Amino acid sequence: MSFPVRARDFLAGGDGAARIRQVLQQVGFPPAIIRRVAIAAYEAEMNIVIHSEGGELKAQITPGVITITARDTGPGIPDIDLAMQEGYSTAPREIQEMGFGAGMGLPNIRRCADELEIKSAPGQGTTVNIIIYNR
Amino acid sequence: MGYFHSVHLEEDKCKGCTNCIKHCPTEAIRVREGKARIIQERCIDCGECIRICPNHAKIAVGDDLTALAAYSYRIALPAPAIISQFAGQADLEHILGALVAVGFDAVYEVALAAEIVARAIRRYLDDYRGKRPLISPACPAVVGLIQVRFPSLVEQILPLATPVDVAARLAREEAMEATGLPSQAIGTFFISPCPAKITAARQPQGGLPGPDRVIPLAAIYGDIRQRLATAVPYPSRAGAAGYGWGHSGGENASIGGRRLLEVDGIHHVIEVFTRIEAGDFEDIEYIEAQACPGGCVGGALMVHNPYLARLELRQLARGLPPRPANLPEAGASLVAAPVQPRPSLQLDTDLATAIEKMQRLEATQAMLPGLDCGSCGSPSCRALAEDIVREEAQDTDCVFVLRDRVRVLAEEVVELARKLPPSMAQPERRNRDETPGNS
Ligand code: SF4
Ligand code: SF4
Repeated sequence: MSFPVRARDFLAGGDGAARIRQVLQQVGFPPAIIRRVAIAAYEAEMNIVIHSEGGELKAQITPGVITITARDTGPGIPDIDLAMQEGYSTAPREIQEMGFGAGMGLPNIRRCADELEIKSAPGQGTTVNIIIYNR
Repeated sequence: MGYFHSVHLEEDKCKGCTNCIKHCPTEAIRVREGKARIIQERCIDCGECIRICPNHAKIAVGDDLTALAAYSYRIALPAPAIISQFAGQADLEHILGALVAVGFDAVYEVALAAEIVARAIRRYLDDYRGKRPLISPACPAVVGLIQVRFPSLVEQILPLATPVDVAARLAREEAMEATGLPSQAIGTFFISPCPAKITAARQPQGGLPGPDRVIPLAAIYGDIRQRLATAVPYPSRAGAAGYGWGHSGGENASIGGRRLLEVDGIHHVIEVFTRIEAGDFEDIEYIEAQACPGGCVGGALMVHNPYLARLELRQLARGLPPRPANLPEAGASLVAAPVQPRPSLQLDTDLATAIEKMQRLEATQAMLPGLDCGSCGSPSCRALAEDIVREEAQDTDCVFVLRDRVRVLAEEVVELARKLPPSMAQPERRNRDETPGNS
């Protein structure tokens, strides 16, 4: 499953994560797993909306593992360790004023994920790989 | 499945128009062979289909006044919203009196039980430290929605009995004491604004007792109305707060204080629950969620316009004391059985099989036109894809897929028609720009 994500589209932002949640529910994963996947996918999707020039959200589902991949083009993350700190945000002020980009995105994803891999370089865009085990 | 549903289809009235399928919040209706069919496991008896059906083919099955004959002492339990249907025409005590005039021996106002429940909710919220927000159990259509579509939220349903059940239990206790009759001689009759409450009473959670019978308001509206003018007043014991439960926001108002949210209309409820499942709304303590527009005054079995009904109810409540002077202690009658999920939307009980079906579902959906026209009898292209994967429908049920197939077939037919038997066939003409020569 793959969903395109547009930059700055706050109205559609979250739709991909919502669809993933729906699919997992219909498949019958345990609610606790669904919750974690949904939160991680939502944050990853919103990161694309807020920080990038657009990208896509992907989900790969097997009985044992759910993999969420969020890939975007854009400025990338210069210092990943810094971005992982709670409350650290590079979101422009007008977006923070809308209640987004509070610097909780990546820390939230880390809390939900069993494995988290972030590939990014300035100007090269970002790929976030989230793995959640069903056990 | 032996699940009782109040909502039924009257086949001979149904024209198969597909108006209902799109409005059902759990996608429980399909039109097959020209008739609407309700998938029993999914129906939550919200009554949306009753409201929308232009042919009045969807009905709610309940009791009527003939059921009174089965008991020697009969107690009416009018839902708070019921009063709104007569509020412009008589005062509260005359409306209650009219209930006696149609054949009941006593009236126990559900509004009184509502105030008892409100007090219990206040106490419960004071001590509650678990997952937020808690969700009101009062609207059975909402509880059904959670069971079917939001199974992970069942644990957030407030574990207290509903005002209807509390009223039925207390009314019985009081009547046994007052009359000395045995329990089985006493009948409690809830007068319902909606099919969901008929189903809830017939399908009590965990076998705990509720009302014995349920009469839809529409079934006795005329009988009550006729007697309004001549009725002997019957004393009311409830207050304005209890009657407020009849419309949206009234339950929260009777609980008071705190961060309480109210939402009404089933599609709005779905929006809010989707957010709660995603982890939002955690700063809200309690949600009063009602399936009908405006709350129970907008129930599917009510007669009057919901907005006017709300106005009348509020105006009548203005003349009542805010709360009753002494509220009975309810004790054991507040016990509720835990709500279990009714997961009927899952594709398969086995995860691997379900994932495989989901892949087929996604692929099938991609082949469909995405117009959600409903001509196939399923509420949306995705629902048709689901029905196909469940082997309850075929891709040619889609008029567009069918047309495409017919076109391909027609082209083949034309192609075949051009072919002649070898005895008559001319040698095929060569392509013009192909240079003639040996090969
Ligand atoms: S009562 Fe509600 S859930 Fe049941 S079929 Fe009608 S619309 Fe669907
Ligand atoms: S809001 Fe009231 S009338 Fe409507 S379904 Fe719920 S309980 Fe019944």
